[in-house]
Amino acid sequence: MEFEFDDKMPIYLQIMDHIKMDIATEKLKVNDKLPSVREMATILKVNPNTLQRAYQELERLGIVYTQRGMGTFVGERKHMIDDLKQEMAKEVIDSFILRMKRLGFNEEEIIESISKNITEVKKNV
Amino acid sequence: MYNVLEAENVCKSYLNKRALQGANLTIQQGKILGLLGPNGSGKTTFLKIAAGILHPSSGKLLIDGQEPGVYTKSIVSYLPDTEYLFKWMKIKDAVQYFKDFYTDFDEKKAFALLEFMKLDANSSVKSLSKGMKEKLKLTLVLSRKAKLYILDEPLGGVDPTAREKILDAIINNFSEDSSMIITTHLVNDIERIFDDVAFISDGEIVLQGNAEELRLNKNKSIDELYREVFQ
Repeated sequence: MEFEFDDKMPIYLQIMDHIKMDIATEKLKVNDKLPSVREMATILKVNPNTLQRAYQELERLGIVYTQRGMGTFVGERKHMIDDLKQEMAKEVIDSFILRMKRLGFNEEEIIESISKNITEVKKNV
Repeated sequence: MYNVLEAENVCKSYLNKRALQGANLTIQQGKILGLLGPNGSGKTTFLKIAAGILHPSSGKLLIDGQEPGVYTKSIVSYLPDTEYLFKWMKIKDAVQYFKDFYTDFDEKKAFALLEFMKLDANSSVKSLSKGMKEKLKLTLVLSRKAKLYILDEPLGGVDPTAREKILDAIINNFSEDSSMIITTHLVNDIERIFDDVAFISDGEIVLQGNAEELRLNKNKSIDELYREVFQ
């Protein structure tokens, strides 16, 4: 697991996002075991308390669960993958819309530019 | 959650130079605190007082509820920023030396760490490069089972690969029933291992807080914050 941190943002939130992403894209599947806090801390070169906090928050959200003495696992919450995808898609779209508005586009223009570009992207993929 | 170290209004003067002017600082159990400041800001003086090497001119500093002395030295493992290993020693002599000195020294752990650091127990101290010496010093200090580890510039003058090794060793060997205080001016390399940070300027703590909250509230990295405070 290799990724670049943006030190301007809380580290635990970035770790949470990364794990959510891995679950949404099914790199991590239901009941897969996550690396231990210590392992992950060493890999990412991050304070173990920060990792602990990320895991605790994920558990609070029902995304992972902990089994005493066994470790932390991907949860079985219903529709979790879809929910995570929706949640992350919303973040991408919200920030996109915000930036387009800052550029001076109004709502119709935003929609128009999306439908125009989506066909172009399709050609290129 | 209790405070392993509490400093209240600690002052220290050398003749007419005031190195510390009322420093206030606390460190909780299980936390790693970064004490950040440029050269001459009072970092090392503060650590020396905590290690029981210097006495404060005024103010109070308690470790595990006690003033620095025989007891606190038995629970504090201190990495000074100076040379203290004898040149005639081999690495294994240095390990023996620490074992004789400190009852909480774990010899097995020391040899495991030497292996991790890729240091040969039979090399002599005087043959070591600066980076290797730093790795050896850290090995010795982390092999004690202390309540408080004080690391003064553990990354000073060390190349990036050695720096990574040192960071790994710190993360791997940190346990939640101990605490650490680390000074550095290389903030960028190490900011992700701090729970809390304290900025020290002219002998005073000018800003202290939880690293993640500072990032969130200021929308800046600790490194950027450091540059802002000490520009």
